[in-house]
Amino acid sequence: MIDWAHFTPWTSLMGGLLLGVSSALFILLNGRVLGISGILGGLIPPKSGDSAWRISFFLGMISSPFLFSLLAPSGLASPPRIDAGYGLIILAGLLVGIGTRYGSGCTSGHGVCGLSRLSPRSLVATLTFMSVGFLVVYLVRHVI
Amino acid sequence: MGHLRQRFSEFVVGLMFGVGLIISGMTDPGKVLAFLDPFGSWDPSLAFVMGGAIAVGFFAFSIAKRRTTSLLGDAIHLPTSNQIDKRLVGGALLFGTGWGLAGFCPGPGIVSMASGEIKAAAFVGSLVLGMVLYEMLEHYRHKAHSVPPLDSASTYE
Repeated sequence: MIDWAHFTPWTSLMGGLLLGVSSALFILLNGRVLGISGILGGLIPPKSGDSAWRISFFLGMISSPFLFSLLAPSGLASPPRIDAGYGLIILAGLLVGIGTRYGSGCTSGHGVCGLSRLSPRSLVATLTFMSVGFLVVYLVRHVI
Repeated sequence: MGHLRQRFSEFVVGLMFGVGLIISGMTDPGKVLAFLDPFGSWDPSLAFVMGGAIAVGFFAFSIAKRRTTSLLGDAIHLPTSNQIDKRLVGGALLFGTGWGLAGFCPGPGIVSMASGEIKAAAFVGSLVLGMVLYEMLEHYRHKAHSVPPLDSASTYE
């Protein structure tokens, strides 16, 4: 059943367009693929001459909640829900960290940029992590 | 500072991307997990996020593919690898598992941390630890087999 109370097609579409515009500007202005795990992974460890662009991107990114609070003083229609406990959060972080490095990308690099440039590699990666995401949620919520 | 225009552009793009993640609902793990749960009370909103982003991205990358330098005069770095191998699929399997467990992927985790969520900070901390573990595993693998190291800049998406 569709959860109509939480369904936000318009704001999600607008947010998605903004993600697309950001990815477009990054490749066309800076010549870089906007993939968060790749930009972060390149800082671990930092390499000289290849860190400044990554750091200024992240400085912009971590300023975004502040800008959003100026644009929308009343905040989001529904505040974020983080149901997982700390143990699960930490396990998830480890899996996401190792997995995105072996798999060379995450939702942004493969899911947005990779699919946008019609990369078969990114299609396989995206179908894989999406399917597993659906499977894990199914198992956690409906089986266990 | 000889690259002030570049640094400014990266900062603004990072800022826009973060705002996009917040507006779209990606920084709400509850919403992400509700998208991944079509057999429960399903929230299909995130399909609109992906659709909107790819609709714009498709045109940008089709232009980028035909260019060799960016508009600010830098090289355009597009991934060169086209190998679909165990690393790619295995990595995506691990990533999808972590994503489905907590509802965070890297970008939204970082933005949520910046908005003051302690749990998101714990997620980002262990995400970085996972990447450090990857570096260590790769280091020992290369030592053991003396395989030439992968050029991370060219294989990354």
